[in-house]
Amino acid sequence: MSDSSPDQPEGAGETSANAKAYWSQNIRLLWMLMTIWFVVSFGAGIIFRDFLDQFALGGYPLGFWFAQQGAIYFFILLIIFYSVRMRQIERQYDLDD
Amino acid sequence: MATQTLIYLFVGLSFALYIGIAIASRAGTTKEFYVAGGGVNPVVNGMATAADWMSAASFISMAGIIAFSGYDGSVYLMGWTGGYVMLALLLAPYLRKFGQYTVPDFIGTRYYSKAARVVAVICLIFISFTYIAGQMRGVGIVFSRFLDVPINLGVIIGMAIVFVYAVLGGMKGITYTQVAQYCVLIFAYMVPAFFISFLVTGNPVPQLGLGSTVNDGSGLYVLQKLDLVLQDMGFAAYTSGEKSMIDVFCITLALMVGTAGLPHVIVRFFTVPKASDARKSAGWALVFIALLYTTAPAVGAFARLNFIDSVQDTDYAEAPAWFRNWESNDLIAWRDKNGDGKMQLGKGDPFQGAPLFAESTGPSGERVVTNETADDNANEVYVDRDIMVLANPEIANLPGWVIALVAAGGLAAALSTAAGLLLVISSSISHDLLKSTFRPQITEKGELLAARLAATAAIVVAGYLGIYPPGWVAQVVAFAFGLAAASLFPAIFMGIFSKRMNREGAIAGMVTGLSFTFLYIGWFKLWSPESNVAANWLFGISPEGIGVIGMLLNFAVAIVVAKYTSAPPKEIAWLVDKIRVPRG
Repeated sequence: MSDSSPDQPEGAGETSANAKAYWSQNIRLLWMLMTIWFVVSFGAGIIFRDFLDQFALGGYPLGFWFAQQGAIYFFILLIIFYSVRMRQIERQYDLDD
Repeated sequence: MATQTLIYLFVGLSFALYIGIAIASRAGTTKEFYVAGGGVNPVVNGMATAADWMSAASFISMAGIIAFSGYDGSVYLMGWTGGYVMLALLLAPYLRKFGQYTVPDFIGTRYYSKAARVVAVICLIFISFTYIAGQMRGVGIVFSRFLDVPINLGVIIGMAIVFVYAVLGGMKGITYTQVAQYCVLIFAYMVPAFFISFLVTGNPVPQLGLGSTVNDGSGLYVLQKLDLVLQDMGFAAYTSGEKSMIDVFCITLALMVGTAGLPHVIVRFFTVPKASDARKSAGWALVFIALLYTTAPAVGAFARLNFIDSVQDTDYAEAPAWFRNWESNDLIAWRDKNGDGKMQLGKGDPFQGAPLFAESTGPSGERVVTNETADDNANEVYVDRDIMVLANPEIANLPGWVIALVAAGGLAAALSTAAGLLLVISSSISHDLLKSTFRPQITEKGELLAARLAATAAIVVAGYLGIYPPGWVAQVVAFAFGLAAASLFPAIFMGIFSKRMNREGAIAGMVTGLSFTFLYIGWFKLWSPESNVAANWLFGISPEGIGVIGMLLNFAVAIVVAKYTSAPPKEIAWLVDKIRVPRG
C-alpha cells in the first residue's frame, strides 16, 4: 500500500510536498483501519473464534457473535471514522472537494 | 381480504410505483443514462446501493443457508459486508474522482491500453451475466409460489418491468426505483423477523433475540438450545460448523474482495457528486445492508428451532398447516422410512436428489416421492432451505398482508439487482466497446440509442437464461465473486496505490488471475464435479474461496512483469496524482 517512489518516472516529482504529506497521512490511516478490519473479522470471527467462544455476550459465544454480528457493526464504525477523519485531514491540507 | 388478493394488490401496487418513478425520471443524456447525471445524494445512493446489492439470494435464501449451516454461514455475513470497507477506504472515492462512467473506463485509461479495457469488459460481462440469470430465476420462483403464475410467465413479466425502467430511465430511473425497492424489501424482511423473534424469545429485536433465552421456560439461550437439539439429532453443534478454518478464511476473503470488485456495485459510486460523498455513501450503503444482514442470522436460527420443534417426532396427521402448504408447493417432502407415521429429522438426505412427486398419496396422506431412498441415514424430511424465509409468516401465524409483503419484497430484491446488472452490461457495450474502442466517432445520440439497444438485448439474454437455466447457473455463483476478486479488484487497486504499475503488468495479472480462477472453479464445478472434495483441493481451499489465490497470483505476476517492463508514461503519473486528492 505504498509508492515505490525511487522508481517513479521523471515528472511525477511535480507532486507538491503538500499532496505528498496528505497522501502519506492517508496511507497511515488506511493501514490502521484495515488492520482493525482484519482483526474483527478474520481475527475474532475466524482465527481466534474457538478461544473467544469461551467468553459470552448474553447468549452469544463471543467468537460466534463477532462472526455473525459484531464484525458487521465494526465495519460500519470503520467507514464512519474514515469518512469523518478524512474530511479533517483534507481540510488541514486544503485539499477538500 | 383473502391472502391471494392481498398478494396481487401488494405486488401490483409496487410494480405501478416502480414504473411511475421510471417515467418521472427518464434519462435524456448519456451522462444521465450511465451515472444518473452524477448528482445523486449520498444517502439516497447508499439506499440504492443496498437494493442493488441485496439480491434474490440475500432476501430469499441467505437466512435458510445460515439456518442449515450455523457458524459456517458466517462466511456470507462477513464476506458480503466486509467488502464495503474495502470499497469505502480503498476504491470508491478515487474512482469517483477519476470521474468517468464505467469500470473498464478506469482500467483502460489508467493502463493506457485498449487491450486492458477489452479484458476488463470481458470480465465484467461474464461476472454480470452469471449473476443476472439467478435474479431472473428468482423473479420466476416468487411469481410461481405466491401468485400461481407459471415460472416462465413470471420471468417474462419481470423482464417487461425491468425493460420499462432500465431502458427508459437508465441509471437515473434505476437509482430512484432502487430506493423504493429498498424500502419495500427491508420492510418485508423486518416485519416477520420482529414477530418470529418475539414469538421465540419474547424480545422483538432479532439481533438481541438471538442472544436471549428461549421463551419456553427452559432458561436456555437460543444458541445453547440449538446446539443441544442439533447434537441430539446427530448434527454438528450450530455454533461450531464443519468447514476447515482455512476454507472459511479464504471464502470470506474471496467474497469481500469480490464484492469490492463487482462492477455493478462500484458503478453506483460514480453517481454521487464528489469523492468525499463516495465514502459517505459507502457508509450509508453498509448501514442499510447491515439492517438485513444482522437480522438474517437471527431469522435463520429462530426458523430452524421452530421447524424442529413443530416437525420432529410429530404425527404427519397433526403437522401444522404450513407444512402441507409447502409440501404441495414441492418444497417439503416426507418419506416414512420407519413406518411409524411420525416425522423424524436427522443428518443426511432422506432420498437421492430433489423430490419427484407421484400423483398418489401414502398411508398417512403424504405426497408420495418416487426418488430412491437413501438408506444410510434416518432422516425422513426433505426441506428446501428457502422456506426458512418464505414460510416464516405462516410458521409464525402472521396475517395475510405480511405474506403479501414478503412476495413483494422478494420481487423488489430480485428486480433491483437485475436492473443494476443490466445497466453495467449495456454501458460496457455502448460506452467501452463502441464509443471508446471500435466506433469513437459515434454521436451522443447514437451512443444513447446504442446503450438502450444493448440493455434490451441484455434483458432478452437474461430472460432466456432465467427460463432455460443452464445447469451450471446454480453451480457457478462462485464464479462471479472469484473472478471479480482475481481479475478486476487487483487491477483497480494497483491502479490507485502504485504509480509504477504499468500496462504490461496489469494485463498479465488480470489474465493470470482470471484464467487460474476460471479453470479451478470450472474443473471442480463443471468438468469434474465428482472430484470436488476437500482432499483434492489446492491447500484445502474450495472453489468458493479460490479467488483469493487467483488474486494473489494476479498481484504477484503484475508486480514482477511491471518490474521488468517500462514505467507508465508521465500523463499516467499525473492522472494518479489527480485521483488521489479530492480537490480539483
